[in-house]
Amino acid sequence: MAEYRQEQFVVQGKNTEKMESISRPSLSFWQDAWRRLWKNRSAFIGLCILVLYVLLAIFAPMLSHYKYTTMDAQAMNQAPSAMHWLGTDATGRDQWVRVWMGARVSLSIGLFTAVINMCVGAVIGGLCGYYGGKLDMIVMRIVDILYGIPSLIITILVMMVLGKGVAPLIVALCVVGWIGTCRFVRGEVYRLKEQEFVMAARVLGVPDFAIILRHIIPNIIGMLITNLCMSIPGAIFQEAFLSYIGLGIAPPNCSWGVLAKEGIAYMRIHPHEIFWPAFFICTTMLALNLLGDGLRDALDPKLRGTE
Amino acid sequence: MARYIIKRVIAAILTLFVLVTIVFFLVRLMPGEPFTNPKLTPDVAANLRKYYGFDQPLIVQYFKYMGNLLRGDFGYSMHYTNKTVNYIIGQTFPYSADLGIRALCVAVSFGLILGILAARKRGTKIDFFCVMVAIIGTSMPDFIIGACLQYFFGIKWGLFPVAKYQGFQYTVLPACALSFYTLAHVSRIMRASMLEVTTQDYIKTARSKGLSEVRITAKHQIRNAIMPVMTILGPTVAAVLTGTFVIEAIFAIPGMGKYYVESVSNNDYSMTLGMTVFYGIFLVFCNLIVDILYGIADPRVRIGKK
Amino acid sequence: MQEPILSLKNVVYSFKTYGGTVKAVRDVSFDVRPGEILGIVGESGCGKSVTAQCIMRLNPEPPGFFEGGEILYKGQDVLKMNKKELREFRSKEIGFVFQDPMTSLNPTMRVGAQIEEVFRGHKDISRQEVKEKALEIMKLVGINNAEKRYRQYPHELSGGMKQRIMIAIALVSQPSVIICDEPTTSLDVTIEAQILELLLELREKLGTSIIMITHDLGVIAKICDRVVVMYGGKLMERGTVDEIYYETAHPYTKGLMESIARLDTAKDERLHPIEGTPPDLFAPPVGCPFAARCEHCMQICNELPPEEIHFSAEHSTVCWLQHEMAPETSFRRPHMDAGKEEI
Repeated sequence: MAEYRQEQFVVQGKNTEKMESISRPSLSFWQDAWRRLWKNRSAFIGLCILVLYVLLAIFAPMLSHYKYTTMDAQAMNQAPSAMHWLGTDATGRDQWVRVWMGARVSLSIGLFTAVINMCVGAVIGGLCGYYGGKLDMIVMRIVDILYGIPSLIITILVMMVLGKGVAPLIVALCVVGWIGTCRFVRGEVYRLKEQEFVMAARVLGVPDFAIILRHIIPNIIGMLITNLCMSIPGAIFQEAFLSYIGLGIAPPNCSWGVLAKEGIAYMRIHPHEIFWPAFFICTTMLALNLLGDGLRDALDPKLRGTE
Repeated sequence: MARYIIKRVIAAILTLFVLVTIVFFLVRLMPGEPFTNPKLTPDVAANLRKYYGFDQPLIVQYFKYMGNLLRGDFGYSMHYTNKTVNYIIGQTFPYSADLGIRALCVAVSFGLILGILAARKRGTKIDFFCVMVAIIGTSMPDFIIGACLQYFFGIKWGLFPVAKYQGFQYTVLPACALSFYTLAHVSRIMRASMLEVTTQDYIKTARSKGLSEVRITAKHQIRNAIMPVMTILGPTVAAVLTGTFVIEAIFAIPGMGKYYVESVSNNDYSMTLGMTVFYGIFLVFCNLIVDILYGIADPRVRIGKK
Repeated sequence: MQEPILSLKNVVYSFKTYGGTVKAVRDVSFDVRPGEILGIVGESGCGKSVTAQCIMRLNPEPPGFFEGGEILYKGQDVLKMNKKELREFRSKEIGFVFQDPMTSLNPTMRVGAQIEEVFRGHKDISRQEVKEKALEIMKLVGINNAEKRYRQYPHELSGGMKQRIMIAIALVSQPSVIICDEPTTSLDVTIEAQILELLLELREKLGTSIIMITHDLGVIAKICDRVVVMYGGKLMERGTVDEIYYETAHPYTKGLMESIARLDTAKDERLHPIEGTPPDLFAPPVGCPFAARCEHCMQICNELPPEEIHFSAEHSTVCWLQHEMAPETSFRRPHMDAGKEEI
């Protein structure tokens, strides 16, 4: 008993500062997302690979003294060497330059298609979800029917109508590509609209555009970014597929799909001609998938504050 | 349940109608005509046009075509003269269907197994392995997988035949190549969905009943986790079908995909149209079946609640 | 005094998170006796649910883990059970009713099958008997039309009905103890009254002990025999319902009681909510967890954890105000002699 001193038993009352104290570090949404993305090694590696490829696609063709269209009858089907880093193809064109020219086409098709699809889908889906009513009903009926139609078939037919090339390809991939995003955004906006914080904002007389800007968009932006990252590989896949069946890019232009198609024809004798395009397609996909997975985990508000 | 099925069937018919209409007009919009061969005299070309009905107004052609479709007539090929599209489909579709079904079985069964295994052994090496397989699988276009399998297992090591389709060992490589992407996709979704279900309250309830982990996984987790996988089965069939286009070309399989790709490059409009419509009907039909299966699997859908 | 059927001794349970360890349950001990209803009361986040779930070891492990203590059921330590014993224990000896009946039933299984599942692994019982037992228990928990309900899916039932099914699942194997984790929180008031009525009735008929977890002192007053007040993962006060209500010895218990409205609260009388929020158990306070929100907080409260002081066979509290050097307050009660406790 002697160990206690009388002054320890003087009533001090409530400690208003301490009673609300939060001992966990508090992070903003983007800080938290960045922390988790940074901690996710594989997503970070994916990001690095992507940046590297984009830089190479921009600069490699400029810095090489070969042109991607120049044929060289003296140097056909060469294996990789100091002269031709990745060898040459059946008409003696330098593969290193062609791979990066192809990267320009494939990557930009992937990016543009994904961005256009996302914008169109998000705007239409957002409007339908937020305003609802007749517009929503009509658009959603159309979307439901279009959703049932195999997109590939429409893409192939549109390509046949428009002819080969980068622009027709993007158009063909966008004709039905926005529908997925549209459905998803509509569902999310519809759900958010019903939530109490939006209700509260509306009761307070906040104008629609401010509600959309401050309450709806911040809540779906993470999922949209993830969606965007996940749909780029799809677009690159489709481009490669269309080029492979002869509907994609017209020669002498090339894309990774075209290169792979040419490479497969000579696979038995010159395996390196398929190897490099295949390698770059696969690693790009891998990088995008890893990054997409990482972003999904990092941006999912449900997973905030967890490992 | 009956109402649910009727609703789905009506939606499918509507979809088909829109699909056929779009396809018909898109095909008519295509640049160039099939009869632009300089060898043809204007007379002969005109005759051919008349024979194929191209001289009539578009709308008449459209109704004629729809009428023929209703009777199950997909038209004729302009490239393989004297052959109807029905005949070619009849000859080639069994190969594609055989290949597709094998691939689907492999993909779904192994995909589910990998997904379940990964989720059960979360955070272990087994999980890491399964996730790696899934990521690599979704990162490789099927023509590259096909080419790789053909090169290594067929040419380099000579374990399997590289081309044609004449017996079980011929089906191994193409079926594997075709299934890989879908397998990876299924396993990813299954894993995510299993992990989602793990945190549900009813799993705790099951645990509080004193059930074994095996029973909880089998009866409570898998049954509920499999729902999202079923929703992607429709698109999966479409993906496998797309795959047949290139896989059949690589392995020289006389399937429908190969002919379809050929018809595209030969400007064989009527065949493209016929086959496209056939594919469309096929896929819409598959989606319908998947929808109905989904209704059977999930009692909540069956009753009509969302 | 009856032998306790279940007793927790100095249980410490924690969760590992990315930032460190969250100490959810810190040194909690209490007994459950045969046929009694024991209430555990406290604010959200004070460790009630974790305590309840760790009795059956239902918390996901990892991230959760026991740091110490023992949970004795009829003399056997639950923490030392192997997988098979644990399964047996869960299925035969103890039942659990979760807070939210909406999500606690498997949506893809028929209700009847979910009740019968409890008998999975019981070898000495036939399918027919299992079904009879399931129907019997469904009738017992007040489900009319049991035959029809037996074949329905959870989404076809109302909330109250689902909670009755949950209780049926917990009771079907006639366990000695059932734990109800806020069983009425997500139901409306009339249904709540029915469910509480049902629990009392079942206790009469079956003699089952019930651990009732709640934040609602009204529920406690209505059905419990004894009460344990928890705060910040620790035990604050315990005793019989009357002792807790009329001889309140802890400022937190008093705070809880003053913050609820009663019929006899005068019109112009104000409710007295306890200001502030419970401590973050990520870094629990060194002394008394309630210190920061306590009007009577003394310097020592922030420095050292108080010790448990007994007033009667049942009633005890953990508070520095009971110390002889502390100023005289309304909480002060005569201490029970150490020797008397033995009797």
